Amino acid sequence: MYTQSLSVPDGEAKGPRKVENPEYLAEFNAKIDAGGFIEAKDWMPEAYRKTLVRQISQHAHSEIVGMLPEGNWITRAPSLKRKAILLAKVQDEGGHGLYLYAAAETLGVSRDELTEALLSGKAKYSSIFNYPTLNWADIGVIGWLVDGAAIMNQIPLCKCSYGPYARAMVRVCKEESFHQRQGYDLLLQMMKGTEEQREMVQDAVNRWWLPSIMMFGPHDRDSIHTETARWGIKRISNDDLRQKFVDATVKQAEVLGISLPDPELKWNAERGHYDFAAIDWDEFWNVVGGHGQCNVDRLAARNKAWNDGAWVREAATAHAEKMAAREKQAA
Amino acid sequence: MERKEWPLWEVFIRSRNGLDHKHCGSVHAPDATMALQMARDVYTRRLEGVSIWVVKAADIVASDPDAKPELFDPAEDKIYRHPTFYQLPEEVNHM
Repeated sequence: MYTQSLSVPDGEAKGPRKVENPEYLAEFNAKIDAGGFIEAKDWMPEAYRKTLVRQISQHAHSEIVGMLPEGNWITRAPSLKRKAILLAKVQDEGGHGLYLYAAAETLGVSRDELTEALLSGKAKYSSIFNYPTLNWADIGVIGWLVDGAAIMNQIPLCKCSYGPYARAMVRVCKEESFHQRQGYDLLLQMMKGTEEQREMVQDAVNRWWLPSIMMFGPHDRDSIHTETARWGIKRISNDDLRQKFVDATVKQAEVLGISLPDPELKWNAERGHYDFAAIDWDEFWNVVGGHGQCNVDRLAARNKAWNDGAWVREAATAHAEKMAAREKQAA
Repeated sequence: MERKEWPLWEVFIRSRNGLDHKHCGSVHAPDATMALQMARDVYTRRLEGVSIWVVKAADIVASDPDAKPELFDPAEDKIYRHPTFYQLPEEVNHM
């Protein structure tokens, strides 16, 4: 991404292109309507910029916090093979966070500002990572359901109107496919094991199913961000994506040999889709609002990592400054 | 010690010999050595490249997006610069 590392506080006018101008707006809208891309230095409405900063940074935070529930199992992976796979996956999540922070920075916010918003609890991240990973099957189920739901959400973003975000998402989606498949593969292997292992898989599915379908966000009728569709940021609605996910997952559950914990889940021939039970949105808003099982732990872990790493960041800066000064002296 | 944000580096990767280096993203790093190391970890976890360039973002000089018309429109009416402008006899038109 072509990024500027300077922080531009909200609302500060910087040059003529920052000014709201009907002529620029018409040009911008025409570009969006033609399916074109907006690039970092192009004029954009302030509301478009702010929406993107919020969405991309929340996405980045989710990737970073998403390393925690899985990182929890790296030292306890049951084999060297699974440990290597899990390490690679968690490293990918860190990488995804970095691609996305860089994309957000092209919009004139600094990395430190974004980090600070996460650490202080001001910024949101995906509610799914506030649930605990209680047994090894959770690692498989996260790959299968959580990453599966993420892929459904993310594929349309590869064609979103903001170039740097779209390009980051292409890279992310390529890697997510490995995440989902390794998870399903892990579960398949457990299902071939003992009765106790099969029960572990079912238990994990029971706990992750609802949080997974909540990942698509509130119903379209309750969604507040309708302008994101106008701007070509969100191309498919929450409910349509959720339905697509449920429809795809039923068959996968069957092949795996587990049941999805929803007595109302059944094929509706008239709609050509599976019906499923109403979602408990109180729980969703509760977790988003900071009262999930792990919100406190997740933020504490991020803060600890950031603070414990401070001396490394400072030492590296001091070393770079010393080397630069030495080079200058020699010249 | 007051926190100073590491400078930003733009990353370019040659995916294999015979191809150009292509911009793929950016990293924050205190110096060039670390920038290369981080670019390798962030952007080439799956054999995406055989060579990496990093350049400080602040050192890049870019054309002004507002100057697009002055810079690029003049090329629009010079269609004679394209081979398709010239209609040759059928027998030799694959020239």
